[in-house]
Amino acid sequence: MSKTAIVNKIIPFSNVDGPGNRTAIFFQSCPFRCLYCHNPETINLCVDCGECIPTCPTHALSKVNGKVVWDSSKCVDCDTCIKVCKHHSSPKVKTYDVQTLVAYIKEHALFISGITVSGGECMNYADFIYDLFVEVKKLGLTCLIDSNGAYDFKQYKPLLEISDGVMLDVKAVDEAFHQKLCRYSNKVVLENLEYLQSIGKLVEVRTVLLPEEDEQNTKTVDYVSKHLEASIPYKLLRYRPYGVRPEGVSVFGMKTVSEAEANAYKKIALMNRQGQVYVV
Amino acid sequence: MSKVHDIISDPTLTYEQQVLSLARLAENMDDSLARDPEWIEALNEEILCDLGEGLAPYRPRYIVPDYKVLMEKGCKFLNIEAPTDIWEATNALLIFYKHVPSITSFPVYLGNFSKLFAPFDTDEKQTKKALRLFLQHIDSTLTDSFVHANIGPEDNRVSRIILELTEEMQLAIPNITLLYNPEKTSDDFGVASVKCMLATSKPSFANDVMYQQDAGSKEYAIVSCYNSLRVGGGGYTLPRIRLYNASLKAKDANDFITHVLPNYVQIMLKNMDQRIRYIVEESSFFKSNFLVKEGFVKQENFTGMFGVVGLAECVNHLLDSKDQNAGYGHNEEATNLGLQILDTIHDLVVGHKGLYCEGCNDTYVMHAQVGIDSDGTENSPGVRIPIGSEPELRDHILLEAKMHKHFVSGVGDIFKFDETWTKTPEAVLQIIKGALTSGMRYFSGYNADNDVVRVTGYLVKRSEIEKLRNNEASLNQVTMFGKGAEEKGKALSRKIYSE
Repeated sequence: MSKTAIVNKIIPFSNVDGPGNRTAIFFQSCPFRCLYCHNPETINLCVDCGECIPTCPTHALSKVNGKVVWDSSKCVDCDTCIKVCKHHSSPKVKTYDVQTLVAYIKEHALFISGITVSGGECMNYADFIYDLFVEVKKLGLTCLIDSNGAYDFKQYKPLLEISDGVMLDVKAVDEAFHQKLCRYSNKVVLENLEYLQSIGKLVEVRTVLLPEEDEQNTKTVDYVSKHLEASIPYKLLRYRPYGVRPEGVSVFGMKTVSEAEANAYKKIALMNRQGQVYVV
Repeated sequence: MSKVHDIISDPTLTYEQQVLSLARLAENMDDSLARDPEWIEALNEEILCDLGEGLAPYRPRYIVPDYKVLMEKGCKFLNIEAPTDIWEATNALLIFYKHVPSITSFPVYLGNFSKLFAPFDTDEKQTKKALRLFLQHIDSTLTDSFVHANIGPEDNRVSRIILELTEEMQLAIPNITLLYNPEKTSDDFGVASVKCMLATSKPSFANDVMYQQDAGSKEYAIVSCYNSLRVGGGGYTLPRIRLYNASLKAKDANDFITHVLPNYVQIMLKNMDQRIRYIVEESSFFKSNFLVKEGFVKQENFTGMFGVVGLAECVNHLLDSKDQNAGYGHNEEATNLGLQILDTIHDLVVGHKGLYCEGCNDTYVMHAQVGIDSDGTENSPGVRIPIGSEPELRDHILLEAKMHKHFVSGVGDIFKFDETWTKTPEAVLQIIKGALTSGMRYFSGYNADNDVVRVTGYLVKRSEIEKLRNNEASLNQVTMFGKGAEEKGKALSRKIYSE
């Protein structure tokens, strides 16, 4: 077990990352560059520029052998380092090997139904996650993948087989808009939407509703609800500006999508499908 | 007679509350109960506490009638025939409750509703109507939050109706506990109970596996705050040791464990002997009360409860940890000292031959008391981590679960959840299951936004506390404790667990 992965954060008890109480593990780095990303500090790996080091009020950061090192015992979680980072990254990450992460999960096993790997994009660490799932399954826990769908899941059959399924984001169906929004094509995402259903491994689909993007919201909600089996829930998440970086706020503003607006999209989805549609 | 005048002129007391206060005053003018000078000195130093039991106890503190006897045979003294339908059953109980004494003069146990009413639940509509009136009657006549009912462990329609009505009616009384057993309680019933708990701060979850194991072949019930006692019996008395105050007498941790603590434990045990002897031999209760004569309770099913508060502050003082956030609940040395203190108390308590508790192996039982308002913030309830220094939820649970082992007569904590958990009750159930499997004996939870809130073990309405602040009376006599605990003990400020 020599594989390692860089983890941004672990939420020991989460009730919003899949069914039941779950330990949610957020891996560092993501192929997408979504303008509305709510945790942009998970986008890139640290480049060890060290610019955050002098800004830390508790001297929890230092450079050792050219690498930025974070001392969690000194950290007071003020997030100054994240605010000053120009690279959409964070020095507050930990490198885990599978064994250490499994030991952590074991300590929580009595209290949870399972784990959810998320990010960033957890599929950046697909090999690691496979090994992790093999061990976590032995604890009798379920294993979910929370993914943006950037990777072609057809290439990851063993991982899917051992997992309990994927919670997939479909951010936009319009290719040009998806490119503008995420600086990435949605072709593979939409293929994954079909493929994961065909093998019974799609457990949930989510779309973020954007303020004043009625046409795009409608297009995406309409498409997904027409392409989603009734047994799979569809969640509509309202855009909120919290945590969004300035270039995103400059596009989408400080507004949120109101519940009434969100419910209008829910109506569209419900006209297309029998299954459950939630507004979050 | 200024104390009498204070009571009769107090606008925040109802008539019944005035009568009870006056009675308490009269009891405390008596001197027939033997009391040692060491006990009196420890009382004055606030190291030991008699929890308002006064100088002339004339009934056991908590009485836990076996209501099955009423259902099967009726009650001669009260002219009640054995009930034949849901209306007769609820009516029989409502009559009976008013004749069950206790320290508060209200019954601290109302029975296991799931079991008592199941034989009479023939028509859902009728059952629901009867139980709605029954609960309404209880809330406005048994006006004390230590009035407590049990449900479970098995699911049935009565239990579901109770949950539904509890959520709908939003009453502080009665307190309700689900006797939870993963082998007997379905997940569906568990989730329904969590939903109700997040909406109205009850039921709490009792660890049926552990409590049933302690009770052996006998039946136990959860009564008052969360005291576990024998059905058909009860608890004679519940004095308490304030561990923090006691620790101030010690030179160091070793001195505390080897001298100071054993000394006060012995003083308290002796007082329990004296008090129990008085209740059994001097008062008329066990000689003439119909509960005894007709077999609703048996003297041998009673025992004495040895109350403990302030473990956290005691440990922090002995280890000289000034920063509460690094003390008890946050480091292993504190955990080990806490366990050592509890083991010491336990050895002394079980090593003492209790009086008149034949059904409990002639021993008294430990109880982690929930505190009273005058404890302030210096003695946290029982073995709880102090308010304001709670660690992460899992660590909070696991630490306290370790401390629960010896508390055969009850211990527990309260966990405050934010709004998001109301959408995922199955996640809360998962946490509760983990807590109970880890050895936690009792788990209470509530949603931070409720009107009915759990103070330290009992329920009050925030809106009723406001009444007292505005110099108006509150029907529930416990509201004033809630007000005191909030103001002096920050009891409503427990950490809110989110995510």
